[in-house]
Amino acid sequence: MEKKKKRLYMRTAILAVLAGLVMYTLYTNLTKESRGNLEAGDEAPDFVLKDVNGQTHQLSEYEGKGVFLNFWGTWCEPCKKEMPHMEKLAKEYEGQVEILAVNVGESDFQVKNFANQYGLTFPLALDTGKEVMDTYGVDPLPTTFMIKPDGTIDQIVIGGLVQEEQVRALFERVKPSS
Amino acid sequence: MGKVKCECGHINPNGTILCESCGRALTEKAKQEKIVDMRYEGSARRSQTYNKTIIDRVWNFFSSVKVGIWIIVLLLVAASFGTILPQEFYIPSNVPAETYYEDVYGTFGKIYYTIGFHDLYNSVWFSALVAALGVSLVIASLDRVVPLYRALKNQRVDRHESFMKKQRLFAEQEGTLPLSELEKVKEALAKKRYNVRIENGALLAEKNRFTRWGPYVNHIGLIIFLLGALLRSVPGMYIDELLWIREGETLQIPGTNGEYYVKNNGFTLENYKEGEDPEVFDEAINRVGTVAKNYQTDAVLYRDKNNELPGAEPKLTEVQADSIQVNQPMKFDQFAVYQTSFRQDEMKAMHFALTHKETGKEFGEIVVDLFNQQASYELGKGYKVELLGYYPDFDGFTEAGEPTSKSPLPNNPAFLFNMITPQTPDGEVSFAQIRNTMEPLGETTFKMAFKSLDTRDVSALTIRKDLTLPILAAGGIIFMIGVIQGSYWNHRRLWIREKNGRIYTAGHTNKNWHGLKREIHEVLEGTAIPEPEDRQKE
Repeated sequence: MEKKKKRLYMRTAILAVLAGLVMYTLYTNLTKESRGNLEAGDEAPDFVLKDVNGQTHQLSEYEGKGVFLNFWGTWCEPCKKEMPHMEKLAKEYEGQVEILAVNVGESDFQVKNFANQYGLTFPLALDTGKEVMDTYGVDPLPTTFMIKPDGTIDQIVIGGLVQEEQVRALFERVKPSS
Repeated sequence: MGKVKCECGHINPNGTILCESCGRALTEKAKQEKIVDMRYEGSARRSQTYNKTIIDRVWNFFSSVKVGIWIIVLLLVAASFGTILPQEFYIPSNVPAETYYEDVYGTFGKIYYTIGFHDLYNSVWFSALVAALGVSLVIASLDRVVPLYRALKNQRVDRHESFMKKQRLFAEQEGTLPLSELEKVKEALAKKRYNVRIENGALLAEKNRFTRWGPYVNHIGLIIFLLGALLRSVPGMYIDELLWIREGETLQIPGTNGEYYVKNNGFTLENYKEGEDPEVFDEAINRVGTVAKNYQTDAVLYRDKNNELPGAEPKLTEVQADSIQVNQPMKFDQFAVYQTSFRQDEMKAMHFALTHKETGKEFGEIVVDLFNQQASYELGKGYKVELLGYYPDFDGFTEAGEPTSKSPLPNNPAFLFNMITPQTPDGEVSFAQIRNTMEPLGETTFKMAFKSLDTRDVSALTIRKDLTLPILAAGGIIFMIGVIQGSYWNHRRLWIREKNGRIYTAGHTNKNWHGLKREIHEVLEGTAIPEPEDRQKE
């Protein structure tokens, strides 16, 4: 019957619209917490920061190389432990994987002092306003983003990297294949 | 399952109880009733007629008022559970929720947390219940308003006497009904603002039909309200952020995608003073000590012209300056910045004097900014202080003797100074804290004596944007219009007709029967038409 069919279509359409709205609401509510948080596979958001020597570093300039993007603080114990490994491997992988260590919200003096103490030669960028930290949703320190040569995130490591081998394994993963 | 053809010739939808046109009872049940149920005019609620496909079943489930009421009851009960213990959002942020509930509320708290009541209003099942209510509202309304509209639109003037006999207000008597008499009644009814139609010697007077749509208008309002609440979770519609900002700091405003910066030019806390302020405050001041009069942050709003990349040096242009007070936010675009909280006297800078330990003579004072230290401080005449280390939240020494800081916040600042003087050109090391100096590398001739402390206040601002408010307001207003429309008027009808030498009158209203009876009495008094009687004793 023509009319019955029409009614069925009508009901189906209305229910479909309602179901769509409900699904969308549930979806947005459930993903509210994690929305904006970066995951492995996402493109690493570009940023620009000055390091302690006044040089400007923009993430996109590192395209073609792997990047070890590390967020740290001078007060954080695990950060102190992983820095020597980073320093060693930065030299070993020079030209293939670059380290960019972003200090979060501390003074020029503190970072320079720390660099001297640990003999660090890789760039130490200053995120004074914590803008880059917010963009990357970093919490807690240290957090490391391994970025592949194509600019996507390979892995996010939360917490300190105590063993040199751990750091080496990360470097190997983002090394350009050539 | 086809159409139902009434004796009068009108074709009714399947499931109709009373013929839309003449009002004859179409079902056995309705035929036997003394007074018919007029709530939906005996129309066919569509949900009750088809139950074949899954779609129909789902539709019928949500169409049921019984189901709707159950959903409301479940929502009320569920929502009340969320109020027993504080929600996760309100517990201290430095303790994990897993342990907080058990530690503070014992076993009950643990169960409460395990079931998931600690974050009840964001849970899937609670959202699903609200969604079910929304669906129920839409379907139940549609399923009733369409047939009701049809029935009221198709109603005939000359209803069948069996329909009239089943009305609550009814009378019949022998007699004939001259048209002139009907015209007279019509005039009287028209004065009472009835719409009167006369056809085939029968009269139908009706007024305030619109009031029957009240509940549906009300539901539309509710649905709009729910849609508004739904939109809150859509990115960009609702922002609620907190910003702690120290006096003198300029920070990016969270939630504005880096477009705006705010500077804190100073925080003020004023208290009421006894004697100066109106007397009414005196009692409270005496009782509790201090009564706050004003919390205020003097803020300057900037727009960043260099906002393409995070971390890029901002190029700020001033937009506006405003004093933010409680309930008097600074407004820009669709944002409002509120005064929310404060912390007074955070350490900002420390003053030390290079002092000769024995003579007590001072050779100059240095000021160390706790947020921006210098590597060395020149005092002239060969006197100089080098900063070897800064520990903002000093926590003791490691096994290797290195001072450590447990956080980047200047809660317990400590410094390692190297003092260079003409007497000690190689320098002497002094470890200085507030009111305490140590000599970790051996005895020294000089020391860094703590002199004074500069402090400043920290203000907490809430940044809020809510684009759903106008939608919520519209929903609320429509809701109220529906309530008023359905409450303050009554849909009244009066039928009069003559058939086979008998005069029949019947009346119906959706509420306030007394009012209808009074009106009918005034109209029919002194006519040959019998006044309908209330057959339902109250």
